[in-house]
Amino acid sequence: MLRKAFAFAALGLALMAGPALAGATHAEPKDVHWSFEGPFGKFDTAQVQRGYKVYREVCSACHSMEQMYFRNLGQKGGPFYDEKYKNPNDNPYVKSLAKDLQVKDIDADTGDVIQRPAGSADRFPAPFPNEPAARAANGGALPPDLSVIVKAREGGPQYVYSILTGYKDPPPGLKTGPNQYYNPYMSGDMTSSWSGKGPVPEGGFIAMPPPLVDGRVTFDDKSPSMLSQEAKDVVAYLAWASDPKATERKEFGLGAMIYLFFFSVLLWFSYRRVWKNIGH
Amino acid sequence: MSGHSTYEPKTGIERWLDVRLPILRFANDTVVTFPTPKNLNYWYTFGGILALMLGIQIVTGIVLAMHYVPHVDMAFNSVQRIKRDVNYGWLIQGMHANGASMFFLAVYVHMFRGLYYGSYKAPREVLWILGCVIYLVMIITAFMGYVLPWGQMSFHGAVVITNLIGALPVVGPAITTWLWGGFAVDDATLNRFFSLHYLLPFVIAGVVALHIWALHVPGNSNPKGVEVKSEADTVPFHPYYTVKDGFAISVFLLLYAAFVFFAPDALGDAVNYVKANPLVTPAHIVPEWYLLPFYAILRALPNKLLGVIAMFGAIATLFVLPWLDTSKVRSMRYRPAIRLWYFIFFIDCIVLGFCGAHAPDDLVIPGVSGLQLGDANLNSFVWLSRFAATFYFAYFWVITPLMGLTETPLKVPESISEPVLSHPASAPMGAMASPEKRG
Repeated sequence: MLRKAFAFAALGLALMAGPALAGATHAEPKDVHWSFEGPFGKFDTAQVQRGYKVYREVCSACHSMEQMYFRNLGQKGGPFYDEKYKNPNDNPYVKSLAKDLQVKDIDADTGDVIQRPAGSADRFPAPFPNEPAARAANGGALPPDLSVIVKAREGGPQYVYSILTGYKDPPPGLKTGPNQYYNPYMSGDMTSSWSGKGPVPEGGFIAMPPPLVDGRVTFDDKSPSMLSQEAKDVVAYLAWASDPKATERKEFGLGAMIYLFFFSVLLWFSYRRVWKNIGH
Repeated sequence: MSGHSTYEPKTGIERWLDVRLPILRFANDTVVTFPTPKNLNYWYTFGGILALMLGIQIVTGIVLAMHYVPHVDMAFNSVQRIKRDVNYGWLIQGMHANGASMFFLAVYVHMFRGLYYGSYKAPREVLWILGCVIYLVMIITAFMGYVLPWGQMSFHGAVVITNLIGALPVVGPAITTWLWGGFAVDDATLNRFFSLHYLLPFVIAGVVALHIWALHVPGNSNPKGVEVKSEADTVPFHPYYTVKDGFAISVFLLLYAAFVFFAPDALGDAVNYVKANPLVTPAHIVPEWYLLPFYAILRALPNKLLGVIAMFGAIATLFVLPWLDTSKVRSMRYRPAIRLWYFIFFIDCIVLGFCGAHAPDDLVIPGVSGLQLGDANLNSFVWLSRFAATFYFAYFWVITPLMGLTETPLKVPESISEPVLSHPASAPMGAMASPEKRG
């Protein structure tokens, strides 16, 4: 009877599936595949390194990553991890990456606010001192912090990749205002801006101009710098930054699952043996 | 906790302790020799699973509290810090966040089991009510816990739920202000939620002790619903149920681990990875999955106060269930007529959950807009939740009392051990030739 109940429940689930859309629409994110997908997936170190370069040279002009410290780049699982430096703060490459940027500090002798080169223990400096400054520089829109952006958006890496590569010229009949760019993957309701033929197109307006174009970033490893490559690499980097312990988590989990599986088998046989002579 | 004790202190120290504080005798009588019906199936293992989950939540929670900062400007970042910088913080936080879902999954199985096998009926009404108290405190604890990471859904969920109290006439707004500790959900609210979120699990643990006490006075119910008649019907709890519960716990942990390690965010909402911003309201405010059915009942009614009453009524109904059920037969194994309603009720709860997850005006069947009745679109989730909520209450207040009076139950076996093969599905009719028992 319970089995029947499950069948009913499954039927119920099947009937209910598929959310209906009303008002805001967006295109389904592109079907992209990543090395870090699935229970065994790992980040591609070279890709995350290239992605960091894209972030540093393009995204970081407007987007902060306040959860990130330079040392994170050199920690285990990070893009610039070096076995020789167990303490990522000592990693010379990380130090050199940090040194290129200036961070605010207080002069210990005078108490004055000064700028000094960043060290590996510093947070990534934010591009704007505060939210009003960020809005003022971006036509009123606030560039979101990218620390956990891949986790903070429905669709995760596919969604972020689709946004970055999905910009299109607005179809005739779509009125775009200042600081508005049409992107079919952005959720929005464009009914009020639409005077063209046919139904309102999918998607919405985004305040970010298309950030990446072919050749925007020159990769150190001579990887081709097409838009799709840049976008894929930066999304891999952002996915790593959103969940830097993902690889450690999956490896630990595999061991835990194997342990629990054998423990369960052992308990099953113990159970059979203990209950052998009990009629029930 | 009841009955005569079979404990015999063996060593001098045990004898010495036994006349001063018979704690070993208590432990022995509770978890070693306790006579337990021998026909408990796997649905009965969820009590043990729940005890473990409560323990895991308390232990991981205490560690998290060492690193968490209950301040509106720092709470979100402190959770990220736990996941990034604290040693195994990702594991502890992942276990705690997913542990809440697993805890509720187990409690729902436990409750549906009690419902099916009539575990709430005399003499176990107090046991059932204590269980309902635990469930209610669990809901409050989980809600407050969800506020702590101070993401968008945390904040706006707290606003929506605390505002419900404001629907009460006259005193509502004053109580809401008192709960907030100010005129909006803010730092004071976060601080008290943190304090209460730390306190309430220990309240749960206390009620669990009462729950187990109330269990051990009449003893376990069992799938047949007949009381234990003799020692032949029982086995000592250890090793028989320690090993069976242990196996079930281990399998349950496999499921739990699959979420913690491979899909830690599958049960959460992406929006909660955005720091709380009172000025930006998320498109859809939804609670965690385990509270969705009640959220659907809340939104099913067009009036806020009525919605709040219905939502609390849905939980309050559970408390009085022992007096709504008129049937003298405990187990639904022997009540084929209500069994069908029971399964419909189960599906109804899942349907309510889906209704809670969708916007009220979303279409249930996309593309079909024809089911119009006056102003009402019957193909919308709000109408589906109205039907489902009506059935939820009808099941307890109409179907359960009526079925007990009108149905013809199957023959209930004389005892747990005789006949051995008395499951109606597997036994020949002759094996159950005991006279019909209705009490």
